[in-house]
Amino acid sequence: MDKKNILNALRLKELVLPLGAIFLGLLVGGIVILWIGKNPFTAYASLFYGAFGDLNRFANTIARATPLILTGLAVAFAFRCGLFNIGVEGQLLIGALSAAFVGTTLSGLPAIIHLPLTILSAMVASAIWAAIPGILKAKRGVHEVINTIMMNFIAYAFVAFIITGPLKAPGQIPKSADILGSAQLIRLSEIAQWSTSRLNTGIFIALLACVAIYYLLWKTTLGYEIRAVGLNPYAAEYGGISVNRNIILAMVISGVLAGLAGAERVLGFHGSFILGFSPGYGFEGIAVALLGKNHPAGVILAAILFGSLSSGGRWMAFNTGVPTDIVTILQAVIIFFVAAEQIVAWFFRNKKKTGQVA
Amino acid sequence: MYLIEPILTMENITKRFPSVLANDNVSFDLFPGEIHALVGENGAGKSTLMNILFGILTPDNGVIKYKGGQVTIDSPNSAIKMGIGMVHQHFKLVPPLNVAENIVLGSEPKAGLKFDRVKAYKEVAALAKQYGLNIDPKAKVADISVGMQQRVEILKTLYRGAQVIILDEPTAVLTPQETKEMFLIMKSLVSQNKSIIFITHKLNEVMETANRATVMKRGKNAGTVKISETSTAQLAEMMVGRQVLLDIKRGSANPGESVLKVVSVCANDDRKLKAVNGVSFNVRKGEILGIAGVEGNGQNELVEVLTGLRKPLSGHVYLNGKEITGKTARKIKDEKVGYIPEDRHKRGLELDFSISENLILGIHNKSPFAKGIMIDYEKVDEYADTLIKKYDIRTPSGEVKAKSLSGGNQQKAVLARELETDPTLIIASQPTRGLDIGAIEFVHNQIIKQRDSGKAVLLISAELSEIMSLSDRIAVMYEGKIVSIIDAKGATEEHLGLLMAGVHDASKEAK
Repeated sequence: MDKKNILNALRLKELVLPLGAIFLGLLVGGIVILWIGKNPFTAYASLFYGAFGDLNRFANTIARATPLILTGLAVAFAFRCGLFNIGVEGQLLIGALSAAFVGTTLSGLPAIIHLPLTILSAMVASAIWAAIPGILKAKRGVHEVINTIMMNFIAYAFVAFIITGPLKAPGQIPKSADILGSAQLIRLSEIAQWSTSRLNTGIFIALLACVAIYYLLWKTTLGYEIRAVGLNPYAAEYGGISVNRNIILAMVISGVLAGLAGAERVLGFHGSFILGFSPGYGFEGIAVALLGKNHPAGVILAAILFGSLSSGGRWMAFNTGVPTDIVTILQAVIIFFVAAEQIVAWFFRNKKKTGQVA
Repeated sequence: MYLIEPILTMENITKRFPSVLANDNVSFDLFPGEIHALVGENGAGKSTLMNILFGILTPDNGVIKYKGGQVTIDSPNSAIKMGIGMVHQHFKLVPPLNVAENIVLGSEPKAGLKFDRVKAYKEVAALAKQYGLNIDPKAKVADISVGMQQRVEILKTLYRGAQVIILDEPTAVLTPQETKEMFLIMKSLVSQNKSIIFITHKLNEVMETANRATVMKRGKNAGTVKISETSTAQLAEMMVGRQVLLDIKRGSANPGESVLKVVSVCANDDRKLKAVNGVSFNVRKGEILGIAGVEGNGQNELVEVLTGLRKPLSGHVYLNGKEITGKTARKIKDEKVGYIPEDRHKRGLELDFSISENLILGIHNKSPFAKGIMIDYEKVDEYADTLIKKYDIRTPSGEVKAKSLSGGNQQKAVLARELETDPTLIIASQPTRGLDIGAIEFVHNQIIKQRDSGKAVLLISAELSEIMSLSDRIAVMYEGKIVSIIDAKGATEEHLGLLMAGVHDASKEAK
């Protein structure tokens, strides 16, 4: 039954558009590479090798994808309730900040208590941060796109203030002290000794979150209600479902996922809160959710794609002289085509006129 | 009259969609000065055929001849240029603009680069006079009645030089009086040699207005007949291919104690204007109370108050003696109220949910479907399979999305969900809107069956014939008030029509 559902959700038809968009993205990127006088095939081969060429590179790709899985999932989950959570970036920063605070200040606790407590603090902080726009939307009808964007700016400023002030570690770099050993997410390289990557146990949290969200959405009454509100709030309302309650809950859960992403970066990848550590994971999460069709499995695949573009891009630049900006172009074009589904559909179908059966 | 050549012929039109053959070798013709009715169940292919004629769809096969020559119509624009106009069921007007501005929109008279407003008023007034359409060119479209808006749509097609006018279910939104006026307008148009294709569900309207009728059935032309040589019953039989009982067989009501009691309820609409103004009535066990009225006279808001979707300003609602005023939809549902909403796409169904998931909407959080926080989807599927059989919902399986079902089967799913919980009160709002005759019959029979098993039924419908043939008592709503509650026996269409139009002393005038 479960297997069938996952397959159902990833039916071939559903895959055509994202894959088509990726193909068109590579095509456009290839033309740009040609235009700057380089060979697109060697560039792409280099990109691919840089991302998946050996175990270490592969681990780096997954490490880069880890926060994207979580932020993508956060955006996707809110989407399922009909909410466009653009505030994942800010929620991630607040979660990361909370993790940095608890992870650096509570000393003397055993790891079995300290680590979960630290992660929990990140989840709670982000959940509260995300609940604010949720409550504003539910109670006052303020559009979540507007107020999540504004919450991002507040988060930027607040985080900058804390990390350059109260939580700043001695030294030139605006960063927190190192996370205490008892709150660190252990790097896989330390366990297995096979790589130098900063890939850490946070990846398991991310994958677990995907499984949990899948069950939540498609197996529980809460998921039923959230999807009902997202697809048709009027019918949901008539079915006795409280639209407001589900909007707030969806934002809270979305925030929890964003908080996990922040915690993974701070507790595992960086080992401290370095100001400006996020290249926009929250915003990339929007793209990941879009490409992944708001499905946990799709989100994982899309996050790995984006992770590979980032981690392979540097190798490509180093070896072929094609600038990493190409990667940005690729991402942009892929998103463009996913967003403009119609164009892709038109490109791959003949110019057949379609219409509704009446 | 048929000695002359047809102005329009569609020959052997075939249109195939991925899942269905929507038009199968259909031929159709239209003479100058003729009203040709196009009837058929939903999904019979009427709209497809007309969309092909209007250039919205291209046929896979077949030929269209217009004024003797073969033509290709590849867009609504080319149809309009040829002289084919269409008035859609949902009007395509710009509400803040006035009547004349709407009519000339897209082909405005110009003085230099400027829009020549004065000329537009003149032209529109002249056109309206020529065809006997009574309108005020300077009135804002947002302020005029639905019937007026329809005239604006017709004038729009005439302004663009339409010879052939397609009217897509034009009477669906009109009062009986407005419908009568509409028929006069149609007659006036054909008397000036325009031709009308009249799409409708209502066979009595066909008999009253049309010269010929073409019946569509499962994508095929089931026959074109002259109205003078046919009957309602024959048309109905052609539509569904079997004898349909147009008059519902039912025993007399046997009402028991009061189930729903509504006392001076007032409520606002979404614009915070008073829509329900002191409404009182009661519905008893084993009877159907019909609420007649032109749409927009507060029926929706009243129903929303009764079902918990809208908070009343004042007044009381009692269910089996227990006050339910202002309770949430969930609480009222738990008090055994079944509700068939007027808009099944908006309120009734989660179109992107599967049928199974839709069938548990509202009881999804109750045993046996909910187990703790989880939903037992095996139980859900079992339940769905039972209901699909019991209510004859035609679907390949319960896993199919609700949106892929036909309107009739969607409504069956709503009925199944609402009736299966064994409610004591059933509120049915426009329960047969947009359904074909077969599905209407099913819905009507279900409603009668519920009444006969002792349920209280509140039926809200803009369809007078539906109210009259189902109700035991009829309440007429006008401008937020119930103007009269009368016994259904002896109620006449004229009398109800006057009440619906707000003529208060209707009882006297009707005599």
